[in-house]
Amino acid sequence: MRAVRLSVVTAAATAAALTAVTGCAEKSDSKASDDAITVVAKDDSCEVSKKEFPAGHVKLAVENRGSKITEVYVLFPDDRIVTERENIGPGTKATITAEFKSGDYFIACKPGMKGDGIRQAVKATGGKAAAKRSPEMDAAVAAYRQYVQAQADATLPKVKVFTDAVRAGNIEAAKKAYAESRIGWERTEPVAESFGDIDPKVDVREDGLEDGQDPAKDWTGWHRLEKALWQDKKIGDREKQLADLLDKDLADWQKRVGKAEITPTSMANGAKELLDEVATGKVTGEEERYSHTDLVDFKANVEGAQKSFELLKPVASKNDPKLVAELDKQFAALNTLLDKYRTDKASYVFTSYEKVGKPERKELSDGVNALAEPLSKLAAAVVK
Amino acid sequence: MTDETTTTEQAAAAPSRRKVIGWGGAGLALGAAAAGGAVALTRDGDHTAPVADTGGAVPFHGAHQAGIATAVQDRLHFASFDVKTTDRDELIQLLKEWTRAAERMTAGAEVGDGAYGGLPEAPPDDTGEALGLKPSRLTLTIGFGPSLFDGRFGLKDKRPGALVDLPKFPGDNLDPARSGGDICVQACADDPQVAVHAIRNLARIGFGKVAVRWSQLGFGKTSSTTPDAQTPRNLFGFKDGTRNIAGTETERLAKHVWVSGKDAEGASAWMDGGSYLVARRIRMNVETWDRTPLSEQEDIFGRDKKEGAPVGKAKEHDEPFLKAMKPDSHVRLAHPDSNNGATILRRGYSFTDGTDGLGRLDAGLFFLAYMKDVRTGFIPVQTQLAKHDALNEYTQHVGSALFAVPPGVRGKDDWWGRALFA
Repeated sequence: MRAVRLSVVTAAATAAALTAVTGCAEKSDSKASDDAITVVAKDDSCEVSKKEFPAGHVKLAVENRGSKITEVYVLFPDDRIVTERENIGPGTKATITAEFKSGDYFIACKPGMKGDGIRQAVKATGGKAAAKRSPEMDAAVAAYRQYVQAQADATLPKVKVFTDAVRAGNIEAAKKAYAESRIGWERTEPVAESFGDIDPKVDVREDGLEDGQDPAKDWTGWHRLEKALWQDKKIGDREKQLADLLDKDLADWQKRVGKAEITPTSMANGAKELLDEVATGKVTGEEERYSHTDLVDFKANVEGAQKSFELLKPVASKNDPKLVAELDKQFAALNTLLDKYRTDKASYVFTSYEKVGKPERKELSDGVNALAEPLSKLAAAVVK
Repeated sequence: MTDETTTTEQAAAAPSRRKVIGWGGAGLALGAAAAGGAVALTRDGDHTAPVADTGGAVPFHGAHQAGIATAVQDRLHFASFDVKTTDRDELIQLLKEWTRAAERMTAGAEVGDGAYGGLPEAPPDDTGEALGLKPSRLTLTIGFGPSLFDGRFGLKDKRPGALVDLPKFPGDNLDPARSGGDICVQACADDPQVAVHAIRNLARIGFGKVAVRWSQLGFGKTSSTTPDAQTPRNLFGFKDGTRNIAGTETERLAKHVWVSGKDAEGASAWMDGGSYLVARRIRMNVETWDRTPLSEQEDIFGRDKKEGAPVGKAKEHDEPFLKAMKPDSHVRLAHPDSNNGATILRRGYSFTDGTDGLGRLDAGLFFLAYMKDVRTGFIPVQTQLAKHDALNEYTQHVGSALFAVPPGVRGKDDWWGRALFA
């Protein structure tokens, strides 16, 4: 949870939208003009009339000749979305326009609006080239995108265990499932935060509500249920409604998270932001003030940061091998320190943060500082 | 002295925080030459010097570290660090990086590549809050605590005999979280933001290698090392330490402050030109003090409140007649004549760290004193005071640390602690 939602990811997304590519999609019944590229989407194919075309303003005339509702994406090689059109019904047509800078792209049809889609590689030529990208960075971003999606996919069933227990009025079972239901979210939080609207619904703390918001009505999500379970010790109708809502909001997250704007820089800064989260929310014991499961979030934040780092390592180690060595060392040191607070290294059952004394909290905080400071230099090591 | 001159010139060429060094820089360099490493600011006394005159740079390089005999600046930020790394080379590397950063900051320059203009994706090297500020006579003084010599870094046989574990004095109520530490850095400046900027940037450079154990801000100097200056007042409203050693008193400095000769042999050889620093956080119960009648206050100190003159005398610098004072008065007990001549150089600051939660100020004196040997300096004096001082009713020692302060950094290739790690 973040009090101020001004993440680098958001900023990058905005900048990209303004400068790199202007895409828009519109439904149209009119016949596509002659210079348009036709895309014929079927249940098992995605035919594109031209694989190479001049850069500039390009129109895609899409026709769904399949039996399923489909969607069509224009993607950068690293899976970032140039533009998209959802909900194209069987037998209907749609027009998509996009400003292509010269470079490689994918056009993907997704029959049934699921999966990675059936892809066609295309190329825009001439004109101004888009910013040069390295295959290594594209691979890192694509792998991270998969990771983020996989985390969301794995989280939803765990959330359901938690919300089912709430709906069943079983306080003990709900308490037991609470912390684990948050791990996937905590690992990838900066990406989720880039949407702006989901985080305040699922992960806000009571003090994070905005002016004029009524905690009785407007406070939703994990921490509201945390308070009900640990502090109020009761599950009523409202809590059961909130459990439904949490399922719904996180399903929305699962659906959208794979399409987030992700760049190597946002990955590196996201890793740093995860450590910021630890420094401001977990080390202080503020995040999980009722359940005291802060160390679970702590571990998940570190794991998420480490994932970004590992994926960016091939690029970063060329530019700044010393930094990479230092980060390897500090990640290992912090993980070792965290392991002192769980008996089984395969489990996510950590010591209640209530029982972690002041000198131990200082030690954890020192470990966070030791990692976060070099981690703040990762973005520069990736781009330079 | 050539090194010192060089540093001052560099300060003038530094990209920022440099506009005002002209006057101060030149004057200070001359003063330093005259005082053998110590800096005399002005004959008029630092109390009345206009603010603009106090903006210059104090040379970083020299036989002794600056910040000891240097004319006492207005503000303090003191930090004690625990060393987190167990790798001796990594610690050495940090001390080198710190030295280079300290050279820059004391000259009024930013650390590393500065606070702006670098890669947009990277956080700037310097944190930036001192941009546009004068060097403000910033001094950075490093010291090594007894715990650094515990064997982690192969320094066991280099622990000087004088770097003792301080005894527990009667009335001590020490908080371990405000005591001790492997390394300390004392940052003094006339601008508090310049002092805080220095500690903050050193702490930042140190992350992963060292961690701040405790730190203390001080806002009002309670001692002067400038001859003829009015002695500043502490939070009890009194002048104390009127016979402090001045930065120009080369002989007294050599006798009582700088380690040399037989004190710099064997395990202490690396301390030649250094000193020992005692830091004590002394909580002062200002509320109860303020309810004390004037005559009692004056009796407790052994001075009059207005002038600071010892009992029966007219001027603050008049030689006190100890027998005219009450046996438990502060001046009488602390005076060298009551302690076999023990003399220390005091450099303390007042502090007010908010409130204590009971509607009273968390105020006091952050006592800093430099000396050649604590066993003949601070320890006998404090033993006396802790037992008998009438002031004890209004004070409590809540933090304590002792550091071996190595000699000065001689030039661009030298670094803090080089002789220790040699």
